[in-house]
Amino acid sequence: MSVVTLTVNDELVSAQEGQSLLSLLEELGIQIPTLCHLEGLSERGGCRLCLVEVEGSNRLLASCVTPVQEGMVVRTHSDRLLKYRRMILELLFAERNHVCAVCVMNGHCELQDQAVNLGMDHVRYPYLNPDLPVDASHERFVLDHNRCILCTRCVRVCDEIEGAHVWDVMGRGVNSRIIADLNQPWGTSQSCTSCGKCVQVCPTGALTTRGVTVAEMEKQHDFLRWILDGRNKKQWHYPAGEQ
Amino acid sequence: MNRADLENMAQREQERQQGFRCRLLCCASTPCLSSGGTAVADALQDEIARRELNAEVQVVSTGCMGPCSRGPVVTVQRQGEPDLLYENVTPDAARRIVQQHVQGGEPVQEHLLPLDIPFFTKQHKVVLSNSGLIDPERLEDYVARGGYSALAFALREMTPEEVCAEIIRSGLRGRGGAGYPTGLKWDLVRKAPGARKFVVANGDEGDPGAYMDRTLMESDPHRVLEGMAIAGYAVGAEQGYIYVRGEYPIAAKRLERAIRAAERRGLLGSRILDSNFNFRIDVRIGAGAFVCGEETALMASIMGRRGQPVPRPPYPAQRGLWGMPTLINNVETLGNVAPIITHGADWFAGIGTEKSKGTKIFALAGKVATTGLIEVPMGITLREIVFDIGGGIPDGGTFKAAQTGGPSGGCIPAQFLDTPVDYESLRALGSIMGSGGLIVMDDRSCMVDVAKFFMEFCMDESCGKCVPCRVGTVEMYELLRRITDGSATPADLATLEELCVMVQETSLCGLGQSAPNPVLSTLRYFRDEYEAHIRERRCPAGVCSLDQVPVLEWPDRLHAQALAGNGSISGEVN
Ligand SMILES: Cc1cc2nc3c(=O)[nH]c(=O)nc-3n(C[C@H](O)[C@H](O)[C@H](O)COP(=O)(O)O)c2cc1C
Ligand code: SF4
Ligand code: SF4
Ligand code: SF4
Ligand code: SF4
Ligand code: FES
Ligand code: FES
Repeated sequence: MSVVTLTVNDELVSAQEGQSLLSLLEELGIQIPTLCHLEGLSERGGCRLCLVEVEGSNRLLASCVTPVQEGMVVRTHSDRLLKYRRMILELLFAERNHVCAVCVMNGHCELQDQAVNLGMDHVRYPYLNPDLPVDASHERFVLDHNRCILCTRCVRVCDEIEGAHVWDVMGRGVNSRIIADLNQPWGTSQSCTSCGKCVQVCPTGALTTRGVTVAEMEKQHDFLRWILDGRNKKQWHYPAGEQ
Repeated sequence: MNRADLENMAQREQERQQGFRCRLLCCASTPCLSSGGTAVADALQDEIARRELNAEVQVVSTGCMGPCSRGPVVTVQRQGEPDLLYENVTPDAARRIVQQHVQGGEPVQEHLLPLDIPFFTKQHKVVLSNSGLIDPERLEDYVARGGYSALAFALREMTPEEVCAEIIRSGLRGRGGAGYPTGLKWDLVRKAPGARKFVVANGDEGDPGAYMDRTLMESDPHRVLEGMAIAGYAVGAEQGYIYVRGEYPIAAKRLERAIRAAERRGLLGSRILDSNFNFRIDVRIGAGAFVCGEETALMASIMGRRGQPVPRPPYPAQRGLWGMPTLINNVETLGNVAPIITHGADWFAGIGTEKSKGTKIFALAGKVATTGLIEVPMGITLREIVFDIGGGIPDGGTFKAAQTGGPSGGCIPAQFLDTPVDYESLRALGSIMGSGGLIVMDDRSCMVDVAKFFMEFCMDESCGKCVPCRVGTVEMYELLRRITDGSATPADLATLEELCVMVQETSLCGLGQSAPNPVLSTLRYFRDEYEAHIRERRCPAGVCSLDQVPVLEWPDRLHAQALAGNGSISGEVN
């Protein structure tokens, strides 16, 4: 595979052709916030947190879905980008009902982490306060629409890794909702294998294990790496202590 | 069928039409049908049958003739006389037309719409040249006016490269909104490697109030099919899809029929016109989401998936339907193809301006005397469109602004009435040509209210995939709503402006990227109206009721300052 050369934040770097800008930035140790991206799943380009400036393009580009290109000149942390990332987080917090103090994911939540890391400490937009239900019909898990940011990681992991395709998105715009099967209570889904993959990849308190209380829920995204390494490379490595 | 058969067919049909002493063309396009066109056509038929004129008088249901607000309209063609056009025809008037005009030779004066008024004389019909003159449900009518001869010519006399070169030379640009050079796009698809290729005609037309594409599909479906077939030949595709919006059942039905008729005669399908070229076309019906007009969402929809955009590149020309190179063109763009092949690129390039060639169809709406569908040469001024073609502002109002480009566009104020209408000039004014909606507003329109209307549309139509558009449009709408109901503070205006720029720059697809345009363009020219709402709690146009009280959401420090009455508050909130 051939190598391309590009400039990132004024430094000349090389990358593999076809590689995404985001994975290059990760290799370089440049921290880019992401929410919809999760290594091992297909890319969506929806949260727009990973936007970067590319010279010659009048649009900002989502680095997770932008392949590297010879001669590209990229900026990752301009004032404009930092401001927009904060604004995007503000919009996410205004969209649904995020009351961290009573959330099962408090302290372990990716959305919350991003807000802390990016210095988003208040929301200037009117809160939309939607009236949303909680689906507690599954015997092992719970879906709380109030905490969902529509990143569709659950949709993708269930479809692409588990192969069950229980989840999908219904409706459009701000009325979009994650639904199980044909918009039925999760607990009545015939296709759900109760594997729990969706719960583990969900970045927020939208999908959780039943019975956990405030701030108890922690997630293990790295299971995806084990599965994919096992499937693709026949490499089975378990973290110490398990086995 | 081969080329000679095609010419025979044209000649036979022309002779048949000349066999009638008189032809009555009734508009059967959606606006005229909804104002009673069917009853008019029936009345004409009955009266002709009653007077036993069937052998010498023919009644033809045609597509749109243009002045839709004056419908139902009927054209009378008497042999040896110039055509006459009737407006606001009622069944009663229809019977009188048969009795007095068709039989007696005396036009019915009170319903006549003169054909020498600027509404007609300032137009230049290229794409709509058959519209209103042929029966869209009869292939013979289209062929009699030269239909499919461009396809026959291209297949016999031109290589695919030459067809692409001709389209490039004509200067035709996409009529779906962005104005990308059509020939270049064709050439990209032609050169793209791929086992199979596809042609897609975009007839989704989600812009509120616009109906150019519907009219073309309803009035002259073969024109679009012929354009698609030529495109298919030029890029090397054997399959085409025409994506028709679900709300357009008449267009879909006529296209289906047209495809079947053309296939029966060997004008579509296998070995077209006895050549080696095969091309099938299928109709796909959209479910009525604005975003499905966006090309990547449209392709997802054709493939049976959820109609959501994906980031480009790769562009459809590289990876489109089922991963194959795909050409996507707007229906009106394709409507220009046959005339370009027939009359040549130079003829086409002779119409319009330096960078915007040809004509553009607009759905002229709002506060003008005559609304309807017009086709004008590019470069015509806005003033000519509004005051000459549209007949000016009715009821003694004054012109305030023209909105072009629908939810992706903007408003052009009176001081730019003499700007030529072309892609670059409109863009320089902060609006766009768009797909062709043109709404005229008078001094009784509130520009904040207009911006709010379009924002509501975008909010409802956002697909929800990306955060800036999904939530940003709702927040922008909420801020506009506050301004129009009197509850906004100066800080809200600053928040609104900042959000507009952010949503524009960070959204994934064109919907979000252009959703703020109506706000930004009205802010650019009518900022004083926004300020009047917020600071004086007054709607200059008298549209908004402003009955709410501002919600004071200022930080305590500013609140205290405000109560103490010192300092400019608006300057500090941000
Ligand atoms: C939200 C959105 C809606 C669109 N709707 C339409 C449409 O209804 N019809 C259309 O032809 N193009 C529409 N477009 C533009 C198409 O994506 C595409 O650019 C066009 O069909 C290309 O054809 P052209 O080059 O002939 O203009 C839309 C674009 C966006 C972003
Ligand atoms: S999901 Fe995260 S951000 Fe939302 S309430 Fe829970 S902890 Fe807070
Ligand atoms: S538990 Fe497994 S099968 Fe059930 S929805 Fe989640 S990922 Fe799909
Ligand atoms: S439930 Fe969780 S993983 Fe699924 S879309 Fe919502 S936030 Fe994302
Ligand atoms: S900009 Fe709007 S319509 Fe386009 S992908 Fe994002 S949410 Fe969907
Ligand atoms: S991580 Fe790239 S858009 Fe979400
Ligand atoms: S629909 Fe009849 S004139 Fe336009």
